[in-house]
Amino acid sequence: MSRTLFEKVWDDHVVRVGDDGVVLLYVDLHLVHEVTSPQAFEGLRLEGRRVRRPELTVATMDHAVPTLPGRIKDQMAKRQLDALRANCAEFDIELHATGTGSEGIVHVIGPELGLTQPGKMIVCGDSHTSTHGALGALAIGIGTTEVEHVLATQTLAQQRPRTMLIEFVGALPYGLTPKDMILGAIGQVGVGGGTGHVVEYAGEAVRALSIEGRLTICNMSIELGARAGMIGPDDTTFSFLEGRPRAPQGVDWERALERWRSLTSDPGATYGTHVTVAVEELAPQVTWGTNPGMVVPVTGAVPDPDDFPDPDDRAAVQRALEYMGLRPGECIEDIAIDHVFIGSCTNSRIEDLRAAAAVVAGRKVDARVTALVVPGSAKVRRQAEEEGLDRIFLDAGFEWRLAGCSMCLAMNPDVVPPGERCASTSNRNFEGRQGVGSRTHLVSPAMAAAAAIHGHFVDIRELEAAA
Amino acid sequence: MRAFTSTTGRVAVLDRPDIDTDQIIPKPFLKRIERTGYGEFLFYDWRLDEHGRPRPEFELNDPAFAGASILLTGRNFGCGSSREHAAWALQDYGFDVVIASSFGDIFRTNASKIGLVTIALPAAEVKRLIGLVDPIEGAEMSVDLERRTITDPQGQTFEFEFDEATRTWLLHGLDEIALTLRHEDEITAYETARTTA
Repeated sequence: MSRTLFEKVWDDHVVRVGDDGVVLLYVDLHLVHEVTSPQAFEGLRLEGRRVRRPELTVATMDHAVPTLPGRIKDQMAKRQLDALRANCAEFDIELHATGTGSEGIVHVIGPELGLTQPGKMIVCGDSHTSTHGALGALAIGIGTTEVEHVLATQTLAQQRPRTMLIEFVGALPYGLTPKDMILGAIGQVGVGGGTGHVVEYAGEAVRALSIEGRLTICNMSIELGARAGMIGPDDTTFSFLEGRPRAPQGVDWERALERWRSLTSDPGATYGTHVTVAVEELAPQVTWGTNPGMVVPVTGAVPDPDDFPDPDDRAAVQRALEYMGLRPGECIEDIAIDHVFIGSCTNSRIEDLRAAAAVVAGRKVDARVTALVVPGSAKVRRQAEEEGLDRIFLDAGFEWRLAGCSMCLAMNPDVVPPGERCASTSNRNFEGRQGVGSRTHLVSPAMAAAAAIHGHFVDIRELEAAA
Repeated sequence: MRAFTSTTGRVAVLDRPDIDTDQIIPKPFLKRIERTGYGEFLFYDWRLDEHGRPRPEFELNDPAFAGASILLTGRNFGCGSSREHAAWALQDYGFDVVIASSFGDIFRTNASKIGLVTIALPAAEVKRLIGLVDPIEGAEMSVDLERRTITDPQGQTFEFEFDEATRTWLLHGLDEIALTLRHEDEITAYETARTTA
C-alpha cells in the first residue's frame, strides 16, 4: 500500500497500540531547554524515577540567555539556567551550556550537529520543534507533562493525526524567500487551518531549497496549527548531513543512506487535505496584525475590518489594528519602524545572515532604527565572523550579539518597548510577543535588512534592482 | 493529575478567536521553575495595567464572571507556544472546563494531562451558549463528563462528543507514566529489535 513520508516514520515508531487507540511512539531524540523542563525533572525526582535513555536526550540554553557578554543579571532566569545545569548533571544528560561554543537555539543546533536526521522521531518542549521535519524527521512540540513522560519512558502517547499536503507550485521568483513561501501558505490556510494535521511540504520550489530554507518553512508549521511539518529527504538533505559530528559515519553512513532513501512519499499516497500555493504569484510578505495569518504582500495595504464577512474575524481585525496602531488602507511601504530583529529559530542561520548582509553591505541603518542581529548558534556566529558578515552589520550600525532566542520572545533583556514597531525575522507577531505593547511585523531576513536601511518597509525586489 | 467527573459553576465569556498561549500566560512568568501558583498571572497583560491594577474593560474582570469555573471562548483557543503554564494558570485561577469550537493541539493535550477539561462544540452552539450567558448576571452551567452532558443556563441538557481515551484519563486522574511503565517490556522489546535490525 502507498504510504506518505509521515506514515512511514509513524509506523516505524509504534511501540504499542492501546485498546483505546492511543499509540505509544518511540522517541529517538529528546531536545531539552531551560524553560519547559525544570518541572518535568522535579516530577521525576518526586516519584523517584530515572531518565530512561539519557544518551538520546540533549539539552541547550537558549530562551532566556542574555545576548550581551557578561554575567546574567536576571535572577529568575539565572535560577532556571542553574536548574537545567543541575538537572543535566544529576540525570547524566549532554548539555550545550552557554559559553561552551556549541550552544545555540535548540532548533538550530539539532540540525547543525547532525542530530536531526531523516526518519527520526524527535520531540522537544517547544512548539517550533516542527523545524526538524525539514530533514524528513517527525518532530513534535510537547508540553512539560509530556516532557516528563518522555524522560521516564522514552515514548510519547499520541493519537494519529490527519495528513495535509501543501504543494508549492511553480519556481520561486527573484527576491522571494522561504519565509515568504510559508507566510503566504499561512495566510492562505489560516492560523487554525492545520490543527490536528501533520503537514508535508512538496513541490518544485521546495525541492530547489537548501536545508536552511526548508528549516524556515517547517519551523512555522505550528503557526498553521499543525502538529508537525515534514519534507521528504533527498540528496540536498544527505549532503547537508554528511560529515556533521553526530551524523552516522563510514559503514553506518552507507546503511543510513539506504534507509533514508526509502523515506519519501510513495506515488499514489493520499493525504486528508491537499493545498496548493502558487509560488509565482507571491510577493515578499509582511504581517500587519497580531497573528501570522494576518499577512499581505509588501505591495499591499492594511486591510479594512469591514471587508471581513465573519463577525469574529471583523472584531479580531479591528482589535489587531488598534493594537498595531494602523489604519485600514495604509500602504505597507509607508509603515515606519523603530526596531529590526534578525534572528530566531526561523531565520538565524548562516544563509539568513548572508541574505541580510547582502542588502546591508555599504549602507547605513536609518537613524531612527535600532537594529539587532542575533545568530542562532555559537557556530553560526563564528562562521559569520569568518566570512566578515559581522563587519558588514557593525559598519552599517547593527548590533552583533551572542546566540539565543533573544527578541523573538523577549524573555531576556532584548525587548521592544511599548508602542514601538519591529520588523522581525521571527515567527510570532502575537500581542506583547517582543515585549509588553510591542508591535511586530514578520518578514524575511532580506526584507528586515532593507527596512533597517530605509526606516520603513520596502519591496526588496526593487531595492536589489536599483543596487 | 487531577480527576474530573462533573462541575456546576459560574460561566465566564471571553469571545475572541485565536487566543494564543502568550496571552494566557505572558513570558515573564515562564522563568519560574515551580508548577503551581500561576493563577495570579493568567491573562496578565490583558487583565492588569502597567501598575498592576485591573483593567475594567477586560472580560474576566467583569464581577458577573467572578469565581467562574467554566470558560466559554472563541475558536482556536490556546494556539501558539507549547507552554503548559497556560493550562496550569487557567486551572489555578479556578477554571475546570474550557469550551470553544476548536483548540490549539498542544494546549489541548497539556490541559488533558493535568485534568483541565477542554470541550469542542460546533461554533454555532458556542455562540448560542454565549447568547444565553450574557444577559444573566452570574449565569451557571453544569458539565458532566461521566454522562458527556452540558446543562445550559436555562436548564436544558444536551450531549457533547468527547474523545473516549481522554475521557477515561480525566475521569480517573491517571498517572500516565506509571501506566506506560506497565508496558516497559514492550518498550525494551522495541529497543532490542531496533538495535539488532
